[in-house]
This record gives sequence, C-alpha cells and structure tokens, in this order.
Amino acid sequence: MSPSGAEYIRKIKSEIAEVDPTDAHELVGNGVAFVDVRESDEVARGHVPGAALIPRGFLESRIDGAVPDRSQHVVLYCASGQRSALAAKTLEELGYENVESMTGGFTLWKDRGFEFDVPRNLSAEQRERYSRHMLVPEIGPEGQQKLLDAKVLLLGAGGLGSPTALYLSAAGVGTIGIVDDDVVDLSNLQRQVIHTTDRIGTPKVDSAQATMNAINPDVNVVKYETRLDSSNIMEIIEGYDVIVDGVDNFPTRYLLNDASVRLKIPVVSASILGFDGQLSVFAPYEGPCYRCLYPVPPPAELAPSCGANGVLGVLPGTMGLLQATEVVKLIVGAGEPLIGRLLLYEALGATFTELKVRRDPDCPICSREPDEISDDEMGVFPDYDAFCAAAG
Amino acid sequence: MAVVRIPPVLRASTGGAKEVDASGDNVGDVLRSLAQTHPDTEAQLFAERGELNRYVNVYLNDEDVRVLDGLDTPVGGSDVLVILPAMAGG
Repeated sequence: MSPSGAEYIRKIKSEIAEVDPTDAHELVGNGVAFVDVRESDEVARGHVPGAALIPRGFLESRIDGAVPDRSQHVVLYCASGQRSALAAKTLEELGYENVESMTGGFTLWKDRGFEFDVPRNLSAEQRERYSRHMLVPEIGPEGQQKLLDAKVLLLGAGGLGSPTALYLSAAGVGTIGIVDDDVVDLSNLQRQVIHTTDRIGTPKVDSAQATMNAINPDVNVVKYETRLDSSNIMEIIEGYDVIVDGVDNFPTRYLLNDASVRLKIPVVSASILGFDGQLSVFAPYEGPCYRCLYPVPPPAELAPSCGANGVLGVLPGTMGLLQATEVVKLIVGAGEPLIGRLLLYEALGATFTELKVRRDPDCPICSREPDEISDDEMGVFPDYDAFCAAAG
Repeated sequence: MAVVRIPPVLRASTGGAKEVDASGDNVGDVLRSLAQTHPDTEAQLFAERGELNRYVNVYLNDEDVRVLDGLDTPVGGSDVLVILPAMAGG
C-alpha cells in the first residue's frame, strides 16, 4: 500500500540528519550555508541572516549557484521542518555530503528569540523589472537591494560613460551622479549612445538624464555640469560608493586617483584609443592605485586623445560595459573584481591580455595614510606644468 | 627571439607592425635590438642615460619588469614583452 503524505515525510525524516535551532544558531557565521526553502511571501516576513533564499521548487536548478561545493556544511530550513527535510533528501541525492534540516523551522528559530533579517520589500513593479537579477544567485533580492541603495559617480557622459550609464540605470543603481561640462556634438553620436541627434547642443548631463530616466525612473540622477578640478573634486566625489573613470585627460585621472585614495573610494577605470582599450579596478589600500601603475604620464606626443587620433565607435561600448560589470560586482560583492590586474583589449586582433599590477611600496600617494595627502599635491605629477602646456 | 608587442602609439615607428621579433638575453638587450631595427622607437623607450623612460611600462609576459630585475631581467626565446604606455582617452 502506498504511504500517506505524513508517513512519507516521517520516513524521509528518519533518513536525513536534523539539527535543533539552538545548535544551528551556533553555526551562523561559521562558514555554514543556510538555505531557506520557503516561498517568497513567507521569506518577506523574515529569514535567518545570510541565508540563501531558494524556494523548494527551484532547489535542484539553483543550489549549484548558491552552494557550489558539495562538501560544504548546509543547513536547510522552512517554516516547520517538513519541506526542509524533503529538500535535505534531495541535496543528499545530488551528492551534498553534510546536510541538515532544522527542526521546527523558522517558526521555532523566531520563538527562541534568535535574530533574523526582514527583507526590505521591492515593489511589485520592481520585482518584475529586476526579475532576471532575482534569478541569479550572485545577485538575488539582496543584491538588487544593494544596487538600489548604491551611489555610483560617472566621470564623463561621453564614450565610456554612455554605455555605463545606460546599463547601470537599467540594473537599478539607485543614485548615479554624472560629471560633464560639455554639450552634445554631432561628432559624439558615432559612439556616445546615450545622446540623440535631436539633443545636439544640449548639456550632456541633461541628455544623459533624459535617457536614463526613460529607461528606469527608479534612478536618481545627480547632475554636475562642471569640470572636475582640485577645488571641487573632494566635495563632488565624497559619499559615492564607486567611481567610474572615463575621463579623456591625464591631469584629471591623476587628480581623481589622489582624491579617491584619500576618501578610500574604489575607481573602475578604463581608457580607449583607436582599437585598443585598457581596464582595471583601483581599490585604495586593497590593491594598487593608478599611480602605482603609471607613475608619470607619457609626453603629449605619445598620449594622443580620441579627438586627435580617433577611436572605433564600438570600442567604448565594449570597455564601458566591462566597467559597468565591474561596478555591479563591487556593489553586490560577487566574483573577483579586476583589482591588481590590467585587462587589455585589442579589437583588431580580437585579443584580451591580462597583466599584473602591483602596489608600489614607494607610491607617492597610496604608500601614505589618507590624512597625510595634502590638497596641494593632489593631481600633481613631475613636469606637470610642462605636460599641461604641451597638451594645450 | 622574443616577441615584442608594440602599442598603437609606437606603431608608426615600426612600420605599423603590432608585434616585432627581437633578439637578446635580457629585457634591455631585446629593447635595444628593437631600437636598432626601428630607430624611431629609441627616444620613446629610453631616457638619456639608457634607462627606460618612466612613462613606459614593460611587461615580461604578465609581470611588470620593474618588480623583476628591470632591464637586466633574463628573457627566453618563447617570452613575450609587452610595451604599455598609459592612455587617457575616454
């Protein structure tokens, strides 16, 4: 005779390992993966801090993303301990070696007074808009909330800034600042895809904002229609979580480096010329800074601008989207950011090359404490005056 | 023979070549051999006293020669030298 549902669950429970909530509580923060197998409306009222949220119906398809290591200790829970028992059986069959189901589930966890997080609820419209992020274990609802809470500053709404602004807006980065004092020019439209023909002559910050909010009204666009210089940079960049460097000149790149080291703000940096692009992430004190990589800029004849030498229109799209990807990774804490590594892309040969970038123990900026860096030395490099005179 | 990868700004000095074969037992010899074959690269690579210009980064495979032995770093026949100037285009 076939067993009843209750008999079946009892049988499964006798075959799997269970853990009491008090014992499970001791495991929080000790490298144990907690997996909540309840439905999203149940999770909305609270969950164990740090738990991966995978409704039981999606367990087989999503567990590899959340817990790739079959030998990792996993504690599963639901509301009362029944669905998690069945889920534990499933994980055992998938080869997980150390799986426990929490008896009494989240109900007993809460009754015993253990801490829990209540997820901040996304609106129905946001859940729909960001649904493809929700499905990615590395992002999920928590990552999306981090994106919505994040503040990212884009230096330049030009070639690199355009694709970055488009995709970061679409991704739901809550606050995006844009610094640019230029107006849209016909010659920009070959690559600066955030702008449109009917906006020629319009300030780039206004044009960019119009496109960004048309994609996603959630985004708060903060406009700085100015040029970054030593008098305004600290005020502008303070408070941002990540800065995206797409500026077109060396003095501003050095200035940005020095200010971002002082304020310990990571910079996702890219540069382009012709068919070549470079990309790296400069995370102050965690990895090298821009000056560790390039102690001094090349002379003007070896550092032509895109305006002087031209650039493939698609190239800033490629490099800007690699920047946007690094920004999202930094915000949600996923993957291995491009810190201490320089990625070169050569479009004609379709080659990527990765080089190591080391911290320079004698770096004039990041070998010192932030408060030792004075206003006067920010953005300055040897032969600065001659460089700027030659560059015009 | 090592392969030297030429950045876009130096390609006018190598007849447009993206890669150039150059011989030498260490980084300095390879770069001097490059400069001999393509004299226009010399002033861009080397400062007056024969040391590398500070604004030129040179990598042996994926490692900056500044953290190795600089121009004295030994180079093997299958090694790749990457010459890398900073770029500021955005």
